[in-house]
Amino acid sequence: MAKYFGKMSEMIDDNLSIAGDQSQEMSWKAKLSITLLVIGLTLFSWAIYKDAKGLSYLKIIGFLLTAAGSGLFFSKKWYYSVGSVLFILGIVAVYYGYTFQGSKLKDLRLAYVLPGFASMFAGSLFFTFDPSKRFGFLNNYSKSLNWPQSIGILMALGGVGILFVAWLGQVDLNPSWVYFSLSLGLMALGILTYTYGIYAEHTAGIKNNHVMFNSLTSRGIIGFAFGILLTMFYIQLYWNGDSLSELISLFDVYSQFRRGTPADQWFVYGTLYSFVILFLGIKFIIKYRHSKYHLIRTVVVILSQLILADLIPSIMDAMNSVDGKSVYVGYNSNPIASWPLNYDGFTGSKIQAQIYSADQPIGMAYFFWGLIMFLVVTPIVTYYVGKRWYCSWFCGCGGLAETAGDSFRHLSNKSVKAWKIERWVIHSVMVFVLLMTIATLYSYLTKKEFEIGFFTLNKVTFYISVVALSLASATVLYLGYRKYGKKHKFLLVGLIIFIFIIVFMTIAFLAGKSDLFLISSKSIKTAYGFFIGAAFSGVIGVGFYPVLGNRVWCRFGCPMAGYMGLFQRFKSRFRITTNGAQCISCGNCSTYCEQGIDVRAYAQKGENIVRSSCVGCGVCSSVCPRGVLKLENGPEEGRFDGNPLEITKDGVKLNM
Amino acid sequence: MILIIGNGISGVTAARNIRKQSAEPITIISAESKYFFSRTALMYVYMGHMKFEHIQPYENHFWEDNKIDLLHAKVSSIDTSNNSITMENGDLLSYSKLILATGSKPNKFGWKGQDAKRVGGLYSKQDLEYAEKYSVGLKAAVVVGGGLIGIELAEMFLSRNIKVHFLVREKYFWNGVLPKQDSSFIMDHISKHHGLIMHYENELDEIITNENNEAIAIKTKLGETIECQFVGLTAGVSPNISLLESSGIETNRGIMINRYFETSAKDVYAIGDCAEFRDPVPGRRPLEQVWYTGKIMGELIAKNVTGERCEYTPGQWFNSAKFFDIEYQTYGNVLSNLPEGQEEFVYKHDKNQILLHFVFEKESRKFIGINNFGIRMRHLVLNEWLITDATIEEVLLDLKSANFDPEFHKKYEDDVIKQFNAKFNTQLVSNKPKWWQNILAK
Repeated sequence: MAKYFGKMSEMIDDNLSIAGDQSQEMSWKAKLSITLLVIGLTLFSWAIYKDAKGLSYLKIIGFLLTAAGSGLFFSKKWYYSVGSVLFILGIVAVYYGYTFQGSKLKDLRLAYVLPGFASMFAGSLFFTFDPSKRFGFLNNYSKSLNWPQSIGILMALGGVGILFVAWLGQVDLNPSWVYFSLSLGLMALGILTYTYGIYAEHTAGIKNNHVMFNSLTSRGIIGFAFGILLTMFYIQLYWNGDSLSELISLFDVYSQFRRGTPADQWFVYGTLYSFVILFLGIKFIIKYRHSKYHLIRTVVVILSQLILADLIPSIMDAMNSVDGKSVYVGYNSNPIASWPLNYDGFTGSKIQAQIYSADQPIGMAYFFWGLIMFLVVTPIVTYYVGKRWYCSWFCGCGGLAETAGDSFRHLSNKSVKAWKIERWVIHSVMVFVLLMTIATLYSYLTKKEFEIGFFTLNKVTFYISVVALSLASATVLYLGYRKYGKKHKFLLVGLIIFIFIIVFMTIAFLAGKSDLFLISSKSIKTAYGFFIGAAFSGVIGVGFYPVLGNRVWCRFGCPMAGYMGLFQRFKSRFRITTNGAQCISCGNCSTYCEQGIDVRAYAQKGENIVRSSCVGCGVCSSVCPRGVLKLENGPEEGRFDGNPLEITKDGVKLNM
Repeated sequence: MILIIGNGISGVTAARNIRKQSAEPITIISAESKYFFSRTALMYVYMGHMKFEHIQPYENHFWEDNKIDLLHAKVSSIDTSNNSITMENGDLLSYSKLILATGSKPNKFGWKGQDAKRVGGLYSKQDLEYAEKYSVGLKAAVVVGGGLIGIELAEMFLSRNIKVHFLVREKYFWNGVLPKQDSSFIMDHISKHHGLIMHYENELDEIITNENNEAIAIKTKLGETIECQFVGLTAGVSPNISLLESSGIETNRGIMINRYFETSAKDVYAIGDCAEFRDPVPGRRPLEQVWYTGKIMGELIAKNVTGERCEYTPGQWFNSAKFFDIEYQTYGNVLSNLPEGQEEFVYKHDKNQILLHFVFEKESRKFIGINNFGIRMRHLVLNEWLITDATIEEVLLDLKSANFDPEFHKKYEDDVIKQFNAKFNTQLVSNKPKWWQNILAK
């Protein structure tokens, strides 16, 4: 067993490692800050549970304690403290915006949400503050632009400018199809011309020149301005879509051509999304044209977006039966958008539409594909090749991150602290989506039941299936805890969660209640949709690209990534092999790891990299100047073993 | 207290490994920078691939967590009779063991103008800052010395659209180390880069300065004058031993040590670039100034100062570098001039810029070493072949299993064997690729 699991404690081989502090006693500061955080969050949640809207003393005290806790937790640098407090303040403000969800007071909602994200953005700014840095606008980078680069930038800016004018909505852009084509055409040509300028005259190879000087890619003024614009666009898209009417009408002709209906905000979003992945994907391919791995991977991710995420849903859209309540809408009919990333994949209304008689057999095919995808395909493929098959080959979020986000990949935080936060947050979201799905589906089933083939999905069968699955999971976790528990307390946390599910579900089942977890199931789903589905994966996930890097959502939030990460870490053939003792500790691998993995920490010790968060983009291997890293699938045995230089009585040899 | 002077890879590896085995206080002293950084990565900071903080392999709290004290200060003298050192500010520190890991310094050969402004190397953090300072408005630079640091400096300047004149004394690039075919292969690649002007078989005569003592041009031994605003001196390095002048510790080119890293003074050791072996390991040089040997010495000295006597036995030679876009690795001993009794086989793919240079013994067919350019090889497998005296045929048959290139990359092994068969009149048929661990099990 142990040979498959390797060192369960990830990278800690002795007291001296980059995570050396983990083996030491927590300082009083850390203890106090965590205590404050726990008390503060508990008070705040309690107050919300009692009364969601409005301020109360309890909420204020809860917030202050939470803020003080996080400020103290990050007290090593004053700007970290300020950043964390601002970030939490932002979350609270966005929360108040959320309390107006569904009400008629949309403006009031925006009035909270907007400053909320502004505060979070400012918090991120402080969090990434570098006091030694000149806040550059024009610098070496701008001087090094050649003429195709300059022309490319101008053209792309022209294209974006048209969209921007439409966004502001003050000028009438008629005829709209002319401006639409002009805008997309200019952006496409601009990207291609810029790409030609920056890469074509150089030989093939890694050309990350000036990345750290460029104001856009190194958190300079342009980067922040771009981030703010993106964030604002996302806020408006999610919570004030009507006000985008000018922009939307620009896309009408294209929408009529594609689906025979006028455009809406999601059509605009989807079209721009595909456009960006296609053209910045081409840029990516040319940038890494010496690597066939990147070529194949990027072609696949582009096709996945254009065909699976864009074309198929629009065909399905057209096939909807008139009275079938739109089964195949947008993201939900993307066959690769699996639950739990696609968090409403298993809701009652979705299943209801999928089994609707007029939409067969495709509706049922979608239903079973969804189940198979989650329960069979994902674990098996992840076992063989790691979670990269999804995250950097097929996923839409990953596709955007790999193409449009490539310029920001180095902005991810590599510290041990960030890694600890990552593990808490991503697994919390995973638990959240699980509870949310069980709760909403259960309460739906208390009123309705589905005939799926010869199986009846109703309250009883659902209760039995979930409890059985939870019992099985709990048993595995319990056995694991008995064996490895001392070092791996997280097994206990998992165990408690499953017991929690069983207990609450049984109480509700016996008492005949439709709400599983004390609060209304519907409100759990609304909250998930707002905070995770929109705020986290959209606004922060993409809007904050130029500040926090391109994989914030994939690293800290995505429940699908968390799920696959468990396989990748404990039961998979995938690893990044370190090539003996060839590492020179230069740091290119860690710097360009979008997932914030400190690759070098392993490589310089000759250890393989087996991390749940690795999305297998392969860029660490590409930027390595000495050929040290290789992504590969192989026997599980020895996956965790290092192969460093080893000093023995007989001298130095390679440990094998 | 164990004192380590120098926080390069040798000194830092020593400190880390001593800490694994001993709770004795450790202090690392460096005048260059408080925190350890990867010297080999300085070029990437200049080119904007990374910031300086990125080339520091450990977070700052690492040192505190592991109770390794860092002292950013300069040592002025060593008193071996009292086991103490004096700092420049007058502080006196005593030691139980002293490890000298002072590294090396760029060579200067007494050229006129070599100490002028706008003349620099690329070795230290200060060198990087110096080059950065004078890069503003820089149009043309001269790089002197055809080695690894020279080509890095050239690449750095080119990344900022600065024209580079590169003076190489030899007819072939880095010919002291690389065989001619390999050198000319690299030269072909270098010539593809715009803005780089190569001057082979040419040497620096003097640096011409203006009234502010700033370099404005150079004169070559062939009599040409080349205008420039910066001169990079990268004609090799030599051990940095100036600190030891009055210490009584024996030095030659470097600090003289035996195979246990002991200097002539009691409790004083030397490792890394600054050390010179009195009696080198057969087949190895007295001065070994590469990253990997520094790391090995750091690990071994840790054993020696914590009570386990351990001789320097560095294992099979390996090294790596990158020339612009071409990665280079070497395993075993490929010498620039083929020794008597050895045979070579060179595979070259010009379009894809691949070169494999195999060397083996003529009689026994024993595999001696390989230079591989443009293809990555698996260290463990190559090492295994070297220590088990595999023949060239065995190596070629399983070459596919030693390939370390990323997935989907084009494979050349069948082509390699075809050419080998044609040249040596053999009928080898490549084995199917195996999982590399199965090769080791053999």
